[in-house]
Amino acid sequence: MDAALIPEGAKRCSFPKFMLGIAIVGAVLLWGVYAMLLCWFKGLNQTNMNDYYGFALWIWADLAVIAVGGGAFFTGLLKYILKIDELKNIINFAVIIGFICYSSALLILAIDIGQPLRGWFIFWHANVHSMLTEVAFCLSLYFAVLTIEFIPNILENRQLNKVPFFHHLAHNMHGTMAIFAATGAFLSFFHQGSLGGVAGVLYGRPFAVREGLLIWPWTFFLFTWSAAAFGPCFTLLVTRITEAVTGKKLVKDNVVHLLAKISGWMICTYIIAKIIDTIYWATVTAPGLGFEMSHFYTNNSFYGYWILVTEVIICGVIPGILLINKTTRENHSLRLLAIILGVIGVCLNRWVMVLQVVAVPVMPFDTWALYIPSWQEVATTILPVAYGIILIAVTYRYLPVFPQERELNQSKAQES
Amino acid sequence: MFPFNFEWVWDIGHYLFFGGFWYAIGILGAGMTYCIAKAAYDTVKGSQDNHH
Amino acid sequence: MQDKKAHKFGMVIDLDKCTGCGSCTVSCMAENNIPFKEDESDKKDSITWMRVYKLTNGKSFPDTQTAYLPRPCQHCGGKGDHGHSPCVSVCPATATDYGYDTGIVSQIYTRCFGCRYCMVSCPYHARYFNWWDPVWPEGMEKYLSPNVSPRMRGVVEKCSFCYHRYQLAREQAYYNETDEIPEDAYQTACTTACPAGAIIFGDLNNPSHRVHQIVKPDPHPDPLNHDVVGKSRNPKVFRLLERLGTNPKVYYMSEKEWIRKVGDSYLDGEWDKMKNHHGSASHD
Repeated sequence: MDAALIPEGAKRCSFPKFMLGIAIVGAVLLWGVYAMLLCWFKGLNQTNMNDYYGFALWIWADLAVIAVGGGAFFTGLLKYILKIDELKNIINFAVIIGFICYSSALLILAIDIGQPLRGWFIFWHANVHSMLTEVAFCLSLYFAVLTIEFIPNILENRQLNKVPFFHHLAHNMHGTMAIFAATGAFLSFFHQGSLGGVAGVLYGRPFAVREGLLIWPWTFFLFTWSAAAFGPCFTLLVTRITEAVTGKKLVKDNVVHLLAKISGWMICTYIIAKIIDTIYWATVTAPGLGFEMSHFYTNNSFYGYWILVTEVIICGVIPGILLINKTTRENHSLRLLAIILGVIGVCLNRWVMVLQVVAVPVMPFDTWALYIPSWQEVATTILPVAYGIILIAVTYRYLPVFPQERELNQSKAQES
Repeated sequence: MFPFNFEWVWDIGHYLFFGGFWYAIGILGAGMTYCIAKAAYDTVKGSQDNHH
Repeated sequence: MQDKKAHKFGMVIDLDKCTGCGSCTVSCMAENNIPFKEDESDKKDSITWMRVYKLTNGKSFPDTQTAYLPRPCQHCGGKGDHGHSPCVSVCPATATDYGYDTGIVSQIYTRCFGCRYCMVSCPYHARYFNWWDPVWPEGMEKYLSPNVSPRMRGVVEKCSFCYHRYQLAREQAYYNETDEIPEDAYQTACTTACPAGAIIFGDLNNPSHRVHQIVKPDPHPDPLNHDVVGKSRNPKVFRLLERLGTNPKVYYMSEKEWIRKVGDSYLDGEWDKMKNHHGSASHD
């Protein structure tokens, strides 16, 4: 039915089967859209946020998708600036994942603000001293970069590519991609960092506050570093899931191993910096303000030391070691374990730096505040996941996303 | 965002922040303009070549 | 930035006089058109610009002692008292601002787009979000103050030190052809409503004002923590979370040591060292 749109030589499932899958995920998407409309029309009283939890599930989701979406800028940097050519076989997919993550982040922000129609004030009336302003500008601009990086792939669709103008445009954009990728890396450095800065500058919140370099607290650099480290894990994870769903090998092992190795070294260096940061904060920064480390991890029913151990050791040190070691990296199951742990680790870090920050009491007579999100918050957080699945399904079906797909599956066909 | 916004101040913060912003916008804008213009040129040139 | 004529409005609250009656909260709500919910049992999403906290010394009977601590916006001067309050410095849309001429932290409701970053930055929980549209029982809207604009759903609000009263006092001064605003010409609603006279309000920069005479603010940075400026030289006076360097303009006063201690966090054994320095002779 849609055979004319499917990339040449690629095998895809039947159109009705494809549409059935889309319809199932689409139902979840509609549920999220319904919750989103409730929030827009009835207001944020639809959530379980309160005056203690001004930032909650959405801001976590925002930070988490941007962190895992960091695979796009980092892979782009490696491919176009550092000229690691093998990565051309995964860069399209990394860009698509990044595009999904960043568009989701912008959508979540649009739901999260109390007066969505005034959202443009953050640009128009910008306070250049606010980390959130830096986030908004760099995030929007970087989304533009991702769109620019995504366009050539769209234009390579079999039918679109027949239009001469589109064919030439895609070709020319490929030619200038290094400039766009460099701009993207520059913007990503600042918005990933300023998301870390959002927490680090809160000098009224001893759990979050950090010393730093010039105007940037250490969390600025830790966030950029962790996004570059764990972002590729997410790219690899989604690639693995796509391979499982389609039942095809889509990227050659040497490419996967290379990206996993780079990610492993980034994770290891990041986690060393994170451990040093944690020790310095726990022994110098917080005590200097009158707080023992135990204040932040005891006297409540949820936030214990387990969260620190899980984030730093189980989901930081372990995946790092698994990925730098050749034997474990090239072992299929252990690599999968490492990238899953890595993705959990970075998401947990973002949770801690948003939710635990506001949960901890600061005034001595104040109490811990815990929170459970409402279904509207959960639905609107799942909404981008459903949207992401649909976009990946559509792009995989109609665009030449994986340059090695044909070769990998032809040889398989020949063997059998 | 613009110097005519009343909260605008000509200070180092604004120079750096908006300097970076307009620089990035400039690069992206110029890059895309180049790509589109060249694609249009290539298209026209290609169709002329086909006619000959 | 701060010329000599600049005001620095502040408050000192005598916790030994406060009975916890809540008059300050009620008068504040009436004065500032603060909306309320049908069910006010969940205090985590209801708006109380002036909230009264109950303090206890943590001891069991018969040694239990309690006190009440009214908490308006602390109108922080920020680290080093340069006006970079925790909330002002983070607001992305310049919707909250520091008045260098008054020391008051303002909130521009029509500029706020409801990101709530300021609420996250404030350790005092002095900022409140309008989770609902403001609704008053029928007829009650006639009692709203015409001097204060009601806020719409989706924006943050907080204590303004009754800024409209300052504007009225300034108008009066202009009419009287003077620059001086007498101490009693500008007083906040909570100050005038407190039956025990526990709240004292005035200009911390003006030596003739009671608030200055009680607090005796030290204009120099604290030698132990350079972020802290304006520490009281009165040993009975303290500020909430002073060690963070937020530099509030709301001071508290008590004869009781346990109450003064509860205003900040201290490591084990630290209080005994610090209390001696607090308001010590070296600052006089």
